Amino acid sequence: MANMSTELAVEAHGLVKHFGSTKAVDGVDLAIPAGSVFGVLGPNGAGKTTAVRMLATLLRPDAGSATVLGHDVVRDADKVRGLIGLTGQFASVDEDLTGSENLVLIARLYGYSRPAARARAAELLHAFDLDEAADRQVKTFSGGMHRRLDLAASMVTSPRVLFLDEPTTGLDPRSRNQVWDIVRVLVDDGATVLLTTQYLEEADQLADRIAVVDHGRIIAEGTASELKASVGSGSVHLRLVDPAQRPLAQEVMGRELGVDVQTTSDTSALSARIDGARSAASLLPALLDAGVEVSELSLGQPSLDEVFLALTGRPVDDESDEEQVA
Amino acid sequence: MSTAVPHPEPDGVATRERAPHTETNPLRAAISRRDQPTPPGPVANALTFGWRALLKIKHVPEQLFDVTVSPIIFTLMFTYLFGGAIAGDVQTYLQYLLPGILVQTVLIITVYTGFTMNTDITKGVFDRFRSLPVWRPSPIVGALLGDTVRYSIASTITLGLGFLLGFRAGGGVIGVLSGVVLLLVFAFGLSWIFTALGLVMRSPNAVMGTSMMILMPLTFASNIFADPSTMPGWLQGWVGVNPVSHLVTAVRGLMDGTATFTEVSWALVAAAALTAVVAPLTMRLYRNRS
Repeated sequence: MANMSTELAVEAHGLVKHFGSTKAVDGVDLAIPAGSVFGVLGPNGAGKTTAVRMLATLLRPDAGSATVLGHDVVRDADKVRGLIGLTGQFASVDEDLTGSENLVLIARLYGYSRPAARARAAELLHAFDLDEAADRQVKTFSGGMHRRLDLAASMVTSPRVLFLDEPTTGLDPRSRNQVWDIVRVLVDDGATVLLTTQYLEEADQLADRIAVVDHGRIIAEGTASELKASVGSGSVHLRLVDPAQRPLAQEVMGRELGVDVQTTSDTSALSARIDGARSAASLLPALLDAGVEVSELSLGQPSLDEVFLALTGRPVDDESDEEQVA
Repeated sequence: MSTAVPHPEPDGVATRERAPHTETNPLRAAISRRDQPTPPGPVANALTFGWRALLKIKHVPEQLFDVTVSPIIFTLMFTYLFGGAIAGDVQTYLQYLLPGILVQTVLIITVYTGFTMNTDITKGVFDRFRSLPVWRPSPIVGALLGDTVRYSIASTITLGLGFLLGFRAGGGVIGVLSGVVLLLVFAFGLSWIFTALGLVMRSPNAVMGTSMMILMPLTFASNIFADPSTMPGWLQGWVGVNPVSHLVTAVRGLMDGTATFTEVSWALVAAAALTAVVAPLTMRLYRNRS
């Protein structure tokens, strides 16, 4: 409250959306400052996509309100549409058309003249490293090319607010890095980005602030380091050759580290939160002495699983595909 | 977060890893803030979507297969297979059948409107369009405009084949053209039904199946193939109220040069009623689609 001059790009109060008896979004509040990257982190079915669809005027909220750059997403929907760009599993490009035709189509819809639309399409294709794909049908594109064209399509008018719904899901690491680079340039240029993701690493790499969502609610919000602090400064991950040895390994790990050891749905993996690498130094010899066959032992950041476990007391469950209902 | 950093030189961002400059220069130039063009009007939006429909025909010419082959098969099959049996001789039957076959061919193609719409929804293209600041009905109107190209191709092929087989139009060029225009107007009205189905059904194939179920009684239980006077009373009742029968009567009349004002009016009223009732419903579904 100290700073009244921070302009909010996206603001939401008590957003709610039901699908039948399912509450997809259950009272979400957001305040995203202009020029920042806001990450919405959560598992499948947490309500991320539904929330973005409401902010992007594709879905009418059942309750609550939201504004984008001061315009109400329901009452001034058309104004909002003129200010935003949208990329995601649900806002794609026409696979029958070529890369160039898709961009010309969108530029024409915004009001570019025919030559101006063609010039804009060529500029974007070059910028997104798609020159050679200009005259190819999108259905022949690789996953990374397709996603870059999706991004280019949402940036035809250089919108000041961008919604990116799981922009890297299903991409190989190289394509993922390309998408990350694009997001960084965008933000460097002063755009505001709301990004949803299932990966803590992605939110950590890109977002200034992160909201963790579960069952349609924000269960934690803060910077990446604040969230990680809530689960300890680091963690140790162990992978076993033989899943049958997991109880034994769990016992050794608990004894050596003096902390709770967590199991996940992966039957050959274990992980534990630690305060520093030093406390893990004796772990490997102890495991080997106990006869545990170790396939992988690593130190690293806590994963979304661990953040989730710390926040909700239960692991990320992937059972629900509720968002597909939309 | 204590002070508002004025852009475009945010030094706070430097703490984050920067993208390599060689790659980002064109990118930076392409996405930097720019003047927005003047928003185009509804007609320009609809025409742009119509252009998209034409591009899809260009890239996926297979979709014209039905449009070109089915009128040929229908015309040949019914003329030679049933012509003698129904009307006594092939030439007399062709004279009766051809306007009806033309109507049936075009009406069957209208189901593609819903099929295409549903494909756009499942592929995610539809939501991209809905997130743009365009005139709301323009994607649908544009698609319907593009469809008229398909209808025209099918009409040309059916009529061309008909004339080749010996069909003679007493109404002359004007009669034939006005018959086709009347048919296109009716098809435009009817396709709103399939667009609505395209918006509510779960898959393109479900749209196709349901649409055909609607279309079968409309086209077969009509006066397209046979004179209704030989049908049982209950069927005559349906054929009498079936709007497709009225359309066929009007198109026949126009091509033959004997159309009455009442016949043409009925077909136009049916098209207007379909549009007036179903188009608002379709737009409602479109706006509220989740």
